[in-house]
Amino acid sequence: MKKILIIGATSAIAEAVARLFAKQGNRLYLLARNKERLTAMATDLTIRGAEAVNYASIDVNNFYDHSLLLNEAIEKLDGIDIVLIAHGTLPSQKICENDFGTTLKEFNTNGLSTLSLLTHLANYMESKNHGTIAVISSVAGDRGRQSNYIYGAAKGMVTIFLQGLRNRLQNSGVQVMTIKPGFVDTPMTVDFKKGLLWASPDQVASDIIKGIDKKCDTLYTPFFWRYIMLIIKAIPENIFKKLSL
Amino acid sequence: MLLAGWGKYPVIDVDLKTPKSIEAIGEILSHQATTTIARGMGRSYGDSSLAQQVISSQYLDHFLSFDTENGLLRCRAGVSLNEILRLFVPKGWFLPVTPGTKYISIGGAIAADVHGKNHHCHGTFCDHIRSLQLILASGETIACSAEENKNLFHATCGGMGLTGIITEAVIKLKPITSSHIMETTYKASNLDEAFNLFEQHEQVTYSVAWIDCLARGEKLGRSLIMLGEHTSAGKLITGSNKAITIPIDLPGWLLNKYSIQTFNFLYYNRLRQNKREHTIHYEPFFYPLDTIHQWNNIYGKNGFTQYQFVLPTSAGREGMKTILKKIADSGRGSFLAVLKAFGPENNNYLSFPIKGYTLALDFKIDKGLFSFLDELDAIVLDHGGRLYLAKDVRMNEKTFKKSYPLWASFQEVRQHYGAIPIFSSKQAQRIGL
Repeated sequence: MKKILIIGATSAIAEAVARLFAKQGNRLYLLARNKERLTAMATDLTIRGAEAVNYASIDVNNFYDHSLLLNEAIEKLDGIDIVLIAHGTLPSQKICENDFGTTLKEFNTNGLSTLSLLTHLANYMESKNHGTIAVISSVAGDRGRQSNYIYGAAKGMVTIFLQGLRNRLQNSGVQVMTIKPGFVDTPMTVDFKKGLLWASPDQVASDIIKGIDKKCDTLYTPFFWRYIMLIIKAIPENIFKKLSL
Repeated sequence: MLLAGWGKYPVIDVDLKTPKSIEAIGEILSHQATTTIARGMGRSYGDSSLAQQVISSQYLDHFLSFDTENGLLRCRAGVSLNEILRLFVPKGWFLPVTPGTKYISIGGAIAADVHGKNHHCHGTFCDHIRSLQLILASGETIACSAEENKNLFHATCGGMGLTGIITEAVIKLKPITSSHIMETTYKASNLDEAFNLFEQHEQVTYSVAWIDCLARGEKLGRSLIMLGEHTSAGKLITGSNKAITIPIDLPGWLLNKYSIQTFNFLYYNRLRQNKREHTIHYEPFFYPLDTIHQWNNIYGKNGFTQYQFVLPTSAGREGMKTILKKIADSGRGSFLAVLKAFGPENNNYLSFPIKGYTLALDFKIDKGLFSFLDELDAIVLDHGGRLYLAKDVRMNEKTFKKSYPLWASFQEVRQHYGAIPIFSSKQAQRIGL
C-alpha cells in the first residue's frame, strides 16, 4: 500500500492514473476544483479497490491556500510516497497574444501554481528523504512554436524547474519525474482533429505508472514523442523560425 | 466537429460536448437552442447518436455503489460494459445480458435496450435495470423504474435517448463461479436444420447461429449454431484487452462477393465434425470481434450498415427463407451474418425484440444498397417484422411507424416530459419522431 497525493485529480490523465493506483489497493488523496466530480471519483476509486480515498477542493491559483491544503493532505494520508501534479488548461494562443491578462492567468495555472505546490512538497519530501514527485509538463515545453508558445513557455518553465529540483533532491533520494505527454484525447483537446499520433488517457496513465516504477527522470508518453522532439529540437533556429508549426 | 456512428455513415458536423459533471449537463441544456442527443461509445451503427449538439457520456464513467450481497451495481451512464467486466468478473459477477461487444456504455445499452445470446431466457438489458436517473429538457433530474414514473421508464428503455440524458442506473449483476463457458457447436446444413437446433435447445442459456448468407439452393441458411452455459469449473479471470487495430480504412474492394464466399466457406468448414464441445473463456464466446479494434475500417471509407430485422414466430420459416434467398441471389455479401431466436417482448415502447427470429447482416454501403434494403423492408413488413433502431441508418418513417405500433404512445410520453423538440437525433427526424 502506497500513500498517493494527486493534484488536478479530475483531469482525464490523472483520473486514469488514479484508477490504476486504486486497483493496486493504495491510499489516495485527491485535490481538484470540481466538488461534484471529486465526490463521484472518490466513491468510484473505493469500489475499484483503493484502501481509502479522501479529497478536498482546491483552486490552484490561490497560492496562499497551498500550504494548508497540502498539510491536511499529508496528515490524512499519514505521509506521502508519491505525488502526481496534473492540473492544467490549454489556453487559446490567439487570445493570449492580444491580452496579457489572459497570458498571466494561464501562466499562473500552468506554471506558477505548480512551482508553488512543488516548493512545499519538495521541502517536505526532502525532510523525509523519501518519495516520488511526478509532474505533468508537456512536449510543448521543449521548443517554442508560434501556434502554442504561451502554453509552451509555461510548461517549459515547469520542465526547467523540475530539472533543477531533481538535481537538488538527488542526494535525498527523492525521485523527480517530468512527464511529457504528446497529443492526448481529453476534454482539453476535444476540439482537435484526432489522428494516428493521438493517445488515450489510459495509455498515458499506464506509461506514468511504469515510469514511476522504473524511476524515470523524463518520461515522454507515448514513447515515440522522445524521437519526434529530438528532431524538432535539432532543427537549426534559422530554419525553424520559417516553419509553420 | 465531424462525427459518425459505428458504420461511418453518415458523417455529420456536430457540436460535441464532453461534460465532466452532472451539473455541467444542466448547464449545457440551460442555454441550448438546438437539437440535442446523448452519445456513449458511438457503437450504434447509423445516425442514432447524431444531432446538432451531442452530449458525450465519456467522462461520466464512475461506479457509485455496489452491493456485494445481491449484485446491485449503481453507476454513471458512461461506464462501459468492459469496465464492469474488468472489475466484477474477478469478484464473481457477470453482466445479466450482453451484446456482441463490450465497448458500449450503460447509457447506450439502456437507450437501445440491447439484447444478447440469452434473450430467449433472460430478456433484454433493460429487464435487469432496477432504476435509472434521467435529466429532462428542463434540466431537472428525475428517477424512474418499472414502479416509479413507469411510463418514462418504459419510454427511456429502448427510447434511443429521445426522452432525456440518462445519467445513472442500477443494474443487477449475475453471480458466476467461473469465467468460462461450456460451448457446444453444431453444424446445420440448411435453414431448417438451424431452426430445429434452436427449438431443440431452447432451454440452453446462450444460443446464436452464424449463417452463411451467400449459400444458395439446398444449402440456403447453412450455419454453425453455438450454444453456451456458464461452467462452475475454473477461475474467475478477465480476458486480456489485447487487440489488433485496423488504424485506417481498408480499400473498399477488399470485401467482395468472392472474398466473402471464401471466408464463409472456410469459417463453416473450420468445424470438421457435426458437433463440438469445449470450454472457452467468456471473451471469445461473447466478444469475438472485440479483439480487432476499429474493425469497422474493413468496409472502407464509404462505411457500412448492419441490417437487423426480426420476424415474429407466426411468419414461420418461410419468411426467413424468402429474405435469405433474396440476399443470397443479390450476391451482396456479409461477414458473420447472425441468426438468433428471441423470447417474448417486454413493455418498453420501442424495444426491438419480439418473439421470433432475428437476423443481422453487415452490408458495405454502395450505390443501390439502400434501394435493395427498401425491398427487404417490404418483405419484413409483410411478415409483421421490424428493424433494430440501434443498427438502422436508412429506414423510412412509414416503415418505422407501421412496425413499431407504440410509437404514438412513446411520443405522448416525450411530449409530457418536454423532450420534444429538444432531444432528437438525425434518426428520429428521419423516422418522424
